Amino acid sequence: MAEEEAARRGGAQISAVHLRLGALAGVVKDALLSSYELACEGTELQGSRLVVEEIPIEVYCPKCLAPRTLESVQWFVCPECQSPVSEVIRGRELQVFALELQQ
Amino acid sequence: MSPQPRLVEVRQNILKQNDIVARELRQRFHRAGVYVVSLVSSPGSGKTAFLERTLTLMQPNYRVAALVGDLATDNDAARLARSQAPVRQITTGTLCHLEAAMVRTALEGWELETLDFLFIENVGNLVCPSSYDVGEDLRVVLLSVTEGEDKPLKYPTIFNTADLAVLTKMDLADAVEFDMVAADCNIERVRPGMPVLKVSTKNGAGISEWLHFLDSARNRQLVSAV
Repeated sequence: MAEEEAARRGGAQISAVHLRLGALAGVVKDALLSSYELACEGTELQGSRLVVEEIPIEVYCPKCLAPRTLESVQWFVCPECQSPVSEVIRGRELQVFALELQQ
Repeated sequence: MSPQPRLVEVRQNILKQNDIVARELRQRFHRAGVYVVSLVSSPGSGKTAFLERTLTLMQPNYRVAALVGDLATDNDAARLARSQAPVRQITTGTLCHLEAAMVRTALEGWELETLDFLFIENVGNLVCPSSYDVGEDLRVVLLSVTEGEDKPLKYPTIFNTADLAVLTKMDLADAVEFDMVAADCNIERVRPGMPVLKVSTKNGAGISEWLHFLDSARNRQLVSAV
């Protein structure tokens, strides 16, 4: 995916891939980081960095009528009013957010 | 000195391809009027036994079929086939979960219009299947009482993506001193409001509630599709 994007932008060299990783994505940051180098070997991405931005779980609290950030993936309650919350706004991301290209 | 790198936004979801295929499958299922239920759990939770019983009991009243994912064997498909329902196997090799494209391939040549319910039994795994939509209408997570009541807290993501929890092997609950209150509380913590059914495939407890749940869920779907 990153290679395609780079090709579309004139074959620029990619120096880093910025990834957004939600707490509910089902993927562990350390595992991504350790497998990244291996996955890049022999590709145009060899030598590039993987920058992972971890996204906490943001939910909509039906009682506060406001978005709230959960403190734990194991407890879906509003941190302000303790109501159960089930509407997830953010936190499922597994997204290549940006690429750093060498000019 | 090397020039400053340029940062370009791409915002590409890594599982976009799977999500696209899953969406296509879901549309196809809805057009065909088939209600699709996926089952996820850890290995050994009793998915196959539960599904075999479900297929057998539903056979007289509904047109049912199943897809079953397994790493290496076709043991589960053979067990499910005893129900007389059409069953297809998806052998995943070393892959620990089903993906939408695998479901699409396995369905080739199947007339979905001839079905009321399609069950998809995922590979036994509580981690990876949570990230992959397979186009199902209802995702059921199974938890056997022998696994312990804290599983929802250990694997919150899979419980959070499910629509229904089924506690299995209830006939063993007393023997293993399963703490039902704690189990309900842990499920509620990671997925507030999710319905929980308690069943024993062995003695049949809770099975009629499960069949009733499926029938109502499908009816709601058919009504909303009109």
